[in-house]
Amino acid sequence: MTGPALEPGGSPSAPPPWGARAGGVFGPPASVGGAPPPPAVALTPAGPTGLGAGCSLPALGPPHLRKPVSSLVELLAAIPSVVYGLWAALVLAPILRTTVQPALAKIGGPLFRGPNVGFGILCASLVLAIMLLPTIASVSRDVLRAVPAELREGALALGATPWDAVRLVVLPHARHGVFGAILLGVGRAVGETMAVAAVVGSRADISPSLFAPGYTMSSVIANEFPVASSELHIAALAEVGLLLFVITVAFNVAARILVARSNKSAAGAQA
Amino acid sequence: MTPELESAYSGRKLASRFATGASSVAVVLALLPLVAVFAYVVSRGARAISIPFFVEPIGERGAGMANAIVGTIQLVFLASAMGIPLGIMAGLYLAEYKATRLARAVRFSADVLAGVPSILVGVVVYAVVVVWMKQFSAFAGAAALAIVMLPLVARTTDELARAVPDSLREAALALGASRWRTALFVVLRTAAPGIRSGCLLAVARVCGETAPLLFTAYNNRFYNDSLLDPTSTLQVQIFTYTMTPNDDWHAQAWAAALVLVAIVIVLGVVARRLLDEKVPG
Repeated sequence: MTGPALEPGGSPSAPPPWGARAGGVFGPPASVGGAPPPPAVALTPAGPTGLGAGCSLPALGPPHLRKPVSSLVELLAAIPSVVYGLWAALVLAPILRTTVQPALAKIGGPLFRGPNVGFGILCASLVLAIMLLPTIASVSRDVLRAVPAELREGALALGATPWDAVRLVVLPHARHGVFGAILLGVGRAVGETMAVAAVVGSRADISPSLFAPGYTMSSVIANEFPVASSELHIAALAEVGLLLFVITVAFNVAARILVARSNKSAAGAQA
Repeated sequence: MTPELESAYSGRKLASRFATGASSVAVVLALLPLVAVFAYVVSRGARAISIPFFVEPIGERGAGMANAIVGTIQLVFLASAMGIPLGIMAGLYLAEYKATRLARAVRFSADVLAGVPSILVGVVVYAVVVVWMKQFSAFAGAAALAIVMLPLVARTTDELARAVPDSLREAALALGASRWRTALFVVLRTAAPGIRSGCLLAVARVCGETAPLLFTAYNNRFYNDSLLDPTSTLQVQIFTYTMTPNDDWHAQAWAAALVLVAIVIVLGVVARRLLDEKVPG
């Protein structure tokens, strides 16, 4: 054994070669594109719901509820991701195993087949969706709030209903920012580690089924890095890390540019 | 209103009602799972929490998490000692020299760093600190947490220090204060209440950070003898127990989750209270 010993107190005999290429057994594709990747599946429910909630807070919802709901969302968003992992593994996964997945299996098709253990892509995607919601809701709320009140009031004065004002004036004005909010959410989902690592099933396989165990880039690092003993394995995980870094930075930069542009144009219209 | 107008308008009114309803439903849908997680943590955690949980170290039946609690406190204190002063100084620089090219680059990279998954911070600290010291250690874990805190503290300080009116700076400079004295004793002091609450929020955030600790602080069944030993933390212990099929350990994990969530929420509420107090005054 030439790699670092990874027992508590163990001392690596030689530093792992960070420049080594990953190959053969440790190629990253299964954790990158583990088709369908949980972050993408998570967006399906989280995007529209988060956006709807974001709309409600500044524009559509009852005014006296806005502040308490906002602070409740912020409070709950502070729950550490490892706690979401605990909940997903001990509460969500059993529910999926006993009720949801058997029902879905009756629909059949390539998405809903295979072994039903509760853990897997579907469970990871659901917990990701839950964790994304506060991000998408609060960023899109901020973006929508930055739209000058005069624009909305002008639309209302011309006889638009509140929904017309949102649909025809506020949303088009804030569309870059809303898109940025969703990108920011995806960026978080891609990097989200502990909750996914707890329930994704941890298998480096690509299967089209949502029931199948899989991996994400961050969860493969979390689960295998502490026990990786060969130099090649560590190097492969480091390479997955590099890829993860590039992807999340790209998402974040794009999202920030969009949100900043949206807020700037809102400020410009106000001046 | 003519009848035609009336009928055209009523359709749109209906659509508006429907959209308002749908967005309220979205709020409920968004809140429901979050509240469910919180409720499970409180109810299961309250059932599992006990005196031994706080005083016994990790082990088999009847054991607790005392060493993990101590480990989390150690790490968070050490990380704060490293991350907060550095973050405040960096933020102050950003605000005082806001237009320089370096400041812009630093601000941008702080924003990027804040968005990088925290597990990557763990990978980097492993490569730099753990490999160098040839050992997992509380120090390495604290370094990872400090790096997570850094952009949060720096950007909060930056925003708040920039909000300090220039007239205060000019008054200090006119009285003969040097630039660093102005920054440290006028700008920083004026912005202090907000910065304090920003730091509390950063502390709350790293209290729950698990991913960067997995292979830096690692884990330990015992109290560590020194900061250079591997250390158990509540966060990592929750994850370890989550992955076991043992009901006893699951109960322990719920109790630990309750303690962690309580810490995070108390810190968050205190931070917000501090901020609110500042506003009217």
